[in-house]
Amino acid sequence: MSKLPLRARLATSIGGAAGTVSRLTGRGDGSVIGGVLGLRVEPDLVRLLAAGRQVVLVSGTNGKTTTTRLVTAALGALGQDVATNAYGANMEAGLASALGRAQNAPYAALEVDERFLPAMIKATNPKAVLLLNLSRDQMDRAAEIWLTARRWRAAVADAPDCMVVANADDPLIAWAATAAAQVTWVAAGQRWHEDSWCCPECGSHLQRDDLGWRCGECRFARPRASWVLDGDCVIDEAGRVRELGLALPGRANRSNAVMALAVASHFGADAELALARLRQVTSVAGRYTQVQRGGRTLRLLLAKNPAGWLEAFDVLGPPPGPVLLSVNAQGPDGRDTSWLWDVDYRVLHGRPVLVAGERRLDLAVRLEADQVPFQLADGLDHAIGLAPPGDLDVIANYTAFQQIRATTGRSQ
Amino acid sequence: MSKHGSQNGQGSTGREPAAGRTHVPRHASPGQPGEAEPPVAAGRARQDPLRIVWVYPDLLSTYGDRGNLLVLVRRAMLRGLPVEPVEVNSDQPVPRQGDIYLLGGGEDLPQILAARRLRADGGLAAAASAGAAVLAVCAGYQLVGSRFGGVEGEPVDGLDILDVRSGRGERRGVGEILADVDPALGLPRLTGFENHQGVTTIGAAARPLARVTLGVGNGDGTEGAYAGRVLGTYLHGPVLARNPGLADLLLGWAAGPLPPLDPAAEEWARRLRDERLAAVSG
Repeated sequence: MSKLPLRARLATSIGGAAGTVSRLTGRGDGSVIGGVLGLRVEPDLVRLLAAGRQVVLVSGTNGKTTTTRLVTAALGALGQDVATNAYGANMEAGLASALGRAQNAPYAALEVDERFLPAMIKATNPKAVLLLNLSRDQMDRAAEIWLTARRWRAAVADAPDCMVVANADDPLIAWAATAAAQVTWVAAGQRWHEDSWCCPECGSHLQRDDLGWRCGECRFARPRASWVLDGDCVIDEAGRVRELGLALPGRANRSNAVMALAVASHFGADAELALARLRQVTSVAGRYTQVQRGGRTLRLLLAKNPAGWLEAFDVLGPPPGPVLLSVNAQGPDGRDTSWLWDVDYRVLHGRPVLVAGERRLDLAVRLEADQVPFQLADGLDHAIGLAPPGDLDVIANYTAFQQIRATTGRSQ
Repeated sequence: MSKHGSQNGQGSTGREPAAGRTHVPRHASPGQPGEAEPPVAAGRARQDPLRIVWVYPDLLSTYGDRGNLLVLVRRAMLRGLPVEPVEVNSDQPVPRQGDIYLLGGGEDLPQILAARRLRADGGLAAAASAGAAVLAVCAGYQLVGSRFGGVEGEPVDGLDILDVRSGRGERRGVGEILADVDPALGLPRLTGFENHQGVTTIGAAARPLARVTLGVGNGDGTEGAYAGRVLGTYLHGPVLARNPGLADLLLGWAAGPLPPLDPAAEEWARRLRDERLAAVSG
């Protein structure tokens, strides 16, 4: 990357030094500060650092970090380095920092915040963009999701050389992606339907059946998919069936894996090799991690919005295994806890339920309405003391999850 | 959702994606325009279940709006009142014989579509004029008025069942809100969350629901509006979870005087309310 202009090189080395300082002093993992400083010196840093590389951008409201991890693993099958923002630093500074740290990597798999995707498509001229899903998420600060989809439409329409890999089962994603010149459709499934009852094109009520969804009025319909998630198997565009056999739990991760395989295939990776690498991923930035504490095994699940909670419930251990729910409402979580009422907690019937976090009373009222018995806990160790013996599944939203990880140590 | 014996008012967990959504409610009336029906609340026999109609969750459900339905159902059940939640999607007729109608929040386009369809359907306006209770929240509040602001701020016709008119303000009001309720309603202070860019003016035929002590509300120091049994507010989503008194006001409008609740049944709602009031008034 010595072709970089002087100012970009300076920006990168200042950024790199700051990242190292941040890590050494324990102030952070260094994944943002370097990019922030670098961008101050060279505002065009992401474009300059991405030039000449084969980039894939990953966006959506749920599963970005995990899918970026899976894409990175799958691209590893190509035998060369992959630059990536593995810790979810998904705004411009995080991308600059990730690219700056791995200047010789010919590939880059970058997670991008939904709001910044159009700008980052312009900046990185990606070979592929992976669009996962769009659902309600921290609405006190995020844009309404239909507006997000509309901006994505314009952005992909403006990038004719880019292959958009998109989930055909999510109507808003399909609407955004149909504007692109090249699309690989993936039947990746959709569990959360509450944000897509209406046609994104004309607003009519969508019809749904086993074959997918279609609009009764304007004929906008689920595109035909070339990659399919079928139970625990992936069917590729040539019709070959392979068992996924992932270490990561849950249907959402199988769906993420199929999307990652479709991207890897577009990059020319061998499918068997790529799949073998996906199977080795066991934990992503502390998520799905199992830790030992208080003489028992805890499993940590991050769930930031209603769709995420639905996916988390999907991977709980068998009942009557106890579960701890922890909810905060700090800035990164969204300060509005209304979304708790969009989650159906009745699936927790028959389990001991512990409730913690700064907004545990909001959860308490919510669970009472669903007549799910629960106990209030003052933090993780109190909950461990209250729960009956056995493994404990922990579901927490963003800052609550970070607090629990800080308590248990940052073991991967 | 109105499937036999369902008492919870909650949708599917996703295993049967369309369950409860495309199902036409058992008691849904085809709702022919001009069809005469007896007034709702007055003629309701004691043993009839209280029918709570959630209007257009496919268009108007953004900020935990299901919460208002769940809280009403729960508080009715705790008092032994039989209750039947009914979800009506935008491709279905709005039943005219409901007791309480709920409208939630929504983005601009769904709000405009909902207004258009509800005007064409006529069911909600008919039920409201027959005396049914209506709780309209956020985008729903705006569209029960005479006019509201469209995507580019252009005026869009509302249902005109509440004498308010809304437009678009300069800034988005996002955050916790506190407001003191019109003393005529005998309710304690409202606590909730707002997230909207609307500015609402109250006409002569309606009264402000409350006076804002923290937050934005209608934009002129007042918050929400009511007239008869139609009540609108910018406190979105589960406003009734933090304000059980407001839930009981609606239940009382529909079912007559309510027996008091066992304080133990209200413990969590009371503690949440106290915590929120303390947190935001500092």
